Amino acid sequence: MLRYILKRLIYMIPTLIGMSIIAFLIIQLPPGDYLTSMLASMSDSGVNVDQAQIARYREIYGFDDPFVVQYWKWISGIVLRGDFGYSFEWNRPVWGLIAERLAPTLSVSLLALLFVWAVSLPIGIYSAMRRHSVGDYAFTLFGFIGLAIPNFIMALTLMYLAYRYMGQTVGGLFSREYVNAPWSWDKFVDLLAHLWIPIIVIGTNGTAALIRILRANLTDELNKPYVITAKAKGLPEYKVVLKYPVRIALNPFVSAIGWVLPELISGVTITAIVLNLPMMGPLLLRALTVQDMYLAGSIILLLGVLTLIGMLISDILLAILDPRIRFN
Amino acid sequence: MTHVHLESDGAAEAGPAITPIRRSGGKTEIAVAGPWTLIWLKFVRHKVAVVAAVLILVMYLIAAFAEFLAPALPEAAKPQFTYAPPQDIALFVTETDGSLSWMPHVKGYKQTVDPASLKRTFTIDPDKVVPIGFFVKGPAYKLWGLIPMDLHLMGPLKSGDTMYLLGTDKLGRDLLTRLIYGTRVSMSIGLIGVAISLCLGVVLGSISGFYGGWVDLGIQRVIEVISSMPTIPLWLGLAAAVPLTWSPLQVYFVITLIVSLFGWTGLAREVRGRFFALRSDDFVTAARLDGSSERRLIFRHILPSLTSHILAVVTLALPTMIVAETALSFLGIGLKAPVVSWGVLLQEAQNVRTIATAPWLLIWPAGAVVLTVLSYNFLGDGLRDAADPYEN
Repeated sequence: MLRYILKRLIYMIPTLIGMSIIAFLIIQLPPGDYLTSMLASMSDSGVNVDQAQIARYREIYGFDDPFVVQYWKWISGIVLRGDFGYSFEWNRPVWGLIAERLAPTLSVSLLALLFVWAVSLPIGIYSAMRRHSVGDYAFTLFGFIGLAIPNFIMALTLMYLAYRYMGQTVGGLFSREYVNAPWSWDKFVDLLAHLWIPIIVIGTNGTAALIRILRANLTDELNKPYVITAKAKGLPEYKVVLKYPVRIALNPFVSAIGWVLPELISGVTITAIVLNLPMMGPLLLRALTVQDMYLAGSIILLLGVLTLIGMLISDILLAILDPRIRFN
Repeated sequence: MTHVHLESDGAAEAGPAITPIRRSGGKTEIAVAGPWTLIWLKFVRHKVAVVAAVLILVMYLIAAFAEFLAPALPEAAKPQFTYAPPQDIALFVTETDGSLSWMPHVKGYKQTVDPASLKRTFTIDPDKVVPIGFFVKGPAYKLWGLIPMDLHLMGPLKSGDTMYLLGTDKLGRDLLTRLIYGTRVSMSIGLIGVAISLCLGVVLGSISGFYGGWVDLGIQRVIEVISSMPTIPLWLGLAAAVPLTWSPLQVYFVITLIVSLFGWTGLAREVRGRFFALRSDDFVTAARLDGSSERRLIFRHILPSLTSHILAVVTLALPTMIVAETALSFLGIGLKAPVVSWGVLLQEAQNVRTIATAPWLLIWPAGAVVLTVLSYNFLGDGLRDAADPYEN
């Protein structure tokens, strides 16, 4: 098991390097650099520019060095010193900005994943057992529509419906009076009232996909001779289904994290922008529009790394569930 | 089907992969049918997929004849009609004596000004009749930017009248017109994007699957990096780098390129998998022994036998591209006005207040996106099922 985990970890290294190169490319992409445009706007507004300070920044970030040297300065700062660079817009180190938003981003993604599992498991089992029933068709239709509605359109629609029919102004994670209030039961309820929209929005695509996979896998499994034998021996139906076939059909359920996760993180990003949640999405968009590139690049890198870690966890879970993977 | 006679033209390397399999006991027509006939027969059994295919065809026709189908011009703004609600078409008017007579028309607007906020709101006035007609002369345009015309499929009969079947936006522009013009941009971005992905995916996928070994390992790593990165942050990052000074056409192509840069991985995987399966198939070995070069093996023998599978994957990749463009434009870093796409239209429905005043600004563009994505998904599913006619 340990060897398996180690192998997976080593496999991650080239992927991580690739990701960091892409993130750095994005940092480098806009013409000019933030320092130059900042200088321009500062001298425009008549602010005295401290030449020594500027020279220091140029030196630290190596704006005059070739690409590879700049990349090395950037990535070694992150890996060796945990220094993600400096946000020129916010006048703060990038890491502090990201850290504030890491917890909400992570917890909403996790909650969305739990939502995906909790909804798709019972529906998937039901659909596989009662194939071609009205319920099955209804869920299939729901699945197709769920896959077809882009996240941001669903967010807008739910936002409008909540506003129109429940008189709720959604957006943000808390109502205005609770934002700075200490934690209390009321604040928690208020959070839940705001949280359902992003969770549904982010989770629907994944749910629809997982229901289809589970239904297909379980259908294959239910037709196997051992299930028929178990039925013939008089085992109650719920036991026949839940004890063996569901357990086998669950494997792809766990491995699905691997490809559901990038989608979830993508979904979290755009949903957070639409609903104005205090997460990385709005921060990223803002950073990109003002070309605060160290912040933007770090967020993109971090979102990628988060996804990778999620995939690693799913691989490990899968190995625990299925001994065939461990020993191969 | 053109491929059926390939068997008889005797060219040794005309495409061994599509030799029809003769079945005993089946209907004679089926038994001698070529693979494309079989695929077609299998496809049309999917009623939903056929309906989806027709819908998509209609969308492209709308895109092709946007100027003629739209009742107005996309940039024609009438500030006196901001956020005017949609009008219904009625076919008959009631005469004074109570009888009905044939006259297609829409009902005009009644304007009310809120005394406190001075906000103008429009309501439909059932007494005002605006006669409309088909094939009417309207604002002049150039079909495909070339042929000067002024004929519109439908519109108000009198030139001063207005007809807003789907309502108007903030500047008093006709939403139906803009939606029709947006169809052209949104649908074509998907096609061009998928064409680029197709080239990348097929070339890299076949190289990877055909040679295996180190080449394969390298390409697989690249695919893994790209497909494990969350796409929306990446698109955002790349699209934000497009300089503001670029012309709309340049932006259009760059956005298409960005969208397709991350769309090819699924295709490459599919192609690679099929190559692995086919690499040691009899017909490939035969061609190899005949002295075919490797390039010939890949492009002449293996790829043609994958066409139907590739078609299915491409169809399933298209909606992702369309959604990508829509999302980017919606966030304001994709296409920008004066270009009209569904995403640009949705950008106007960005906050709850606007949607509450003018729900049609969200409903129609969003409906167009969802309908298109849904149709492509159904069509792709149907194609995928039909792609291998020799199954079962």
